[in-house]
Amino acid sequence: MSSLKELSKTPSKLTSGHRLCAGCGEGIIVRQLLMATDKPVVVSNATGCFEVSTSIYPYTAWNIPWIHTAFGNAAATCAGTEAAYQSLKRQGKIKDDIKFVALGGDGGTYDIGFQALSGALERGHHMMYVCMNNEAYMNTGIQRSGATGIGASTTTSPAGSVIPGKTGYPKDLTMIVAAHDIPYAAQVSPHNWRDLITKCRKGFEANGPSFINAISPCPRGWRTDPSDTISLAQLAVETCVWPLYEYENGKYRLTGESSKIADGKIPKKPLTDWLNSQGRFKHLMKDKWMDLVGDAQADIDKKWERLQKLCKL
Amino acid sequence: MEHKDIGINGDSAIAMAWKQINPDVCAAYPITPQTIIVERFSDYVADGEVDTEFVCTESEHSALTVCISAAAAGARTVTATASAGLGYMWEMLGIASGLRMPVSMAVANRALSAPINIHCDHGDAMASRDTGWLMIFAENVQEAYDNAIMAPRIAEHKDVQLPIMTCLDGFISTHAIERMTPMDTHDVQKFVGKYKPVYPMLDWKNPVTYGVMDSPDYYYEHKYQMKEAMDAALKVTDDVFRDFAKVTGRRYSSVEEYRCDDADYVAVCLGSTFGTMRAAVDMLRAEGKKVGAMMPRLFRPLPSDKIAKAVKGKKGVAVLDRFMPLGGYGPLYQDMISSAVCLDKMPNMYSYVYGIGGRDAKTDDLKTVFMDMIDKKAKKVNYLGVKL
Repeated sequence: MSSLKELSKTPSKLTSGHRLCAGCGEGIIVRQLLMATDKPVVVSNATGCFEVSTSIYPYTAWNIPWIHTAFGNAAATCAGTEAAYQSLKRQGKIKDDIKFVALGGDGGTYDIGFQALSGALERGHHMMYVCMNNEAYMNTGIQRSGATGIGASTTTSPAGSVIPGKTGYPKDLTMIVAAHDIPYAAQVSPHNWRDLITKCRKGFEANGPSFINAISPCPRGWRTDPSDTISLAQLAVETCVWPLYEYENGKYRLTGESSKIADGKIPKKPLTDWLNSQGRFKHLMKDKWMDLVGDAQADIDKKWERLQKLCKL
Repeated sequence: MEHKDIGINGDSAIAMAWKQINPDVCAAYPITPQTIIVERFSDYVADGEVDTEFVCTESEHSALTVCISAAAAGARTVTATASAGLGYMWEMLGIASGLRMPVSMAVANRALSAPINIHCDHGDAMASRDTGWLMIFAENVQEAYDNAIMAPRIAEHKDVQLPIMTCLDGFISTHAIERMTPMDTHDVQKFVGKYKPVYPMLDWKNPVTYGVMDSPDYYYEHKYQMKEAMDAALKVTDDVFRDFAKVTGRRYSSVEEYRCDDADYVAVCLGSTFGTMRAAVDMLRAEGKKVGAMMPRLFRPLPSDKIAKAVKGKKGVAVLDRFMPLGGYGPLYQDMISSAVCLDKMPNMYSYVYGIGGRDAKTDDLKTVFMDMIDKKAKKVNYLGVKL
């Protein structure tokens, strides 16, 4: 693994000057993941914050080939660029070893792009799909998605006097992707750059499709201070809301802080730390919703236990 | 070179054309009555007869997406669909044209649901018009094959750079075995030429950003550039038709006219009906009736000037739409009126809705269209063959 100093000197594939909000996790995640390979990269991007912020005509933040077609098809878009590559390489028209990455938010991945993702994984394209999960449709103004945590107040799951924000738990997409039995899938967080880049290196070099799910704090949607983005990403891992793990050639393995929590080297923080840290959950701190908080903690515990068991198989 | 005629259905003929073109990428999803195209093409892929990367996607939306991004990457791409499949692609239709990707797509025209119906009408194609795709209709198997070969030449022309649909009538042309004269593969490849992509993404040393966010300051102009490309496509298509005739002897025109010169009454239609219509014209001509038939083979861009010239001075023009216009008028009918409106004296124009959901339109049915006009019984809008 390269040092931070070495990484900071790598060519900038995504330049500054893009229009992401201050404190957005996505720019940090993408800059880190693009540092994980020295080979040429072709990027496909779903509609969303990241797409609109980096491609405002007549400007572009991209120093590498990049394409956006629509919202629900980043995986298919990436698959198309890879299919062209396979054909032209077979015909001897291309010699280089080129890598293909799809980027999507949770709306474009968990929800509208789910079918295209599953299809691309099943077909076995040599591509890496990276989901930047900020747990709601932030680009359209903070609406709930299939990745939104229970109880979160969003503009389509507002905290009301009868309904306490989003009902139901988020889809466990990383597990669903792993069930496709692709060569590599992992959860990452931008606070642990070493873990993120190591996993993306594996993803880039996988012999087939790979999937990276990154937690991406959103100050606007989470109602948090832009300066807290990295510490919030870390808290997601420390509370086991977002465990760091990988699924590599059929084996699950905990990494980073999650591995240390499992080994008892650092404590597992309570869910209330996570809920208290963000404005979108503040309504849950009323007595009236304490049962929901208890249920949510039980759900985290259940999934954390299951993950630890999977890692022992 | 002499070519032996073969018996082949329309779908297989398109697969054969693709094999001869040898595209870089084909992405498709099965749907009746297009399925035979991708089945036969799969055979060629399985037997190593093409270099094509064949992507069996999980939906039509992804099939067209793969073609679009593969084209952006630098590949010549083909796909095929029908009916609901074309409907499912609809979002991507405007993206293919907006990104200026010269994708070739065969459309096996089929009715739209509901009620579900697998037979021919032009509901799918008509719902997709004006999305920035060129559209060419085929009357029969030979034309479906020829159009598939001409399509990349037209779409990839530097003045056009737009995607193209080649339409053939579901079952009537897709599944019926007809006599066809195939081209020699060498001639096909020479005619189509090597694909020269504009700004391919795989040329990674010269990175390009595709699919940008346009503000109101730019969007209109980018759309206007597409309009200019559509205008240019009129001449490019004529040129390609002319060059195709030099190779094959088969001469097409963007507006086909049959015995129209001295005709008082003309009927206009698209697709397989044009053949039946010509037979009806011959029958009525034998009775001394001055009638003719017309087919704007090139439906998008619409050759308006040619159409206006063709209908000038006619007493009546019947426009047959194989499409159920609910709450409005048939698209071809509207196009004919729009084309003729520049004339000092417009002919009387009548709308005939027909052939919906695969309802047969035989010579006797089509003769009544002319007789209605001659006997002054034609209404503004007529529903041919409906059982009430």
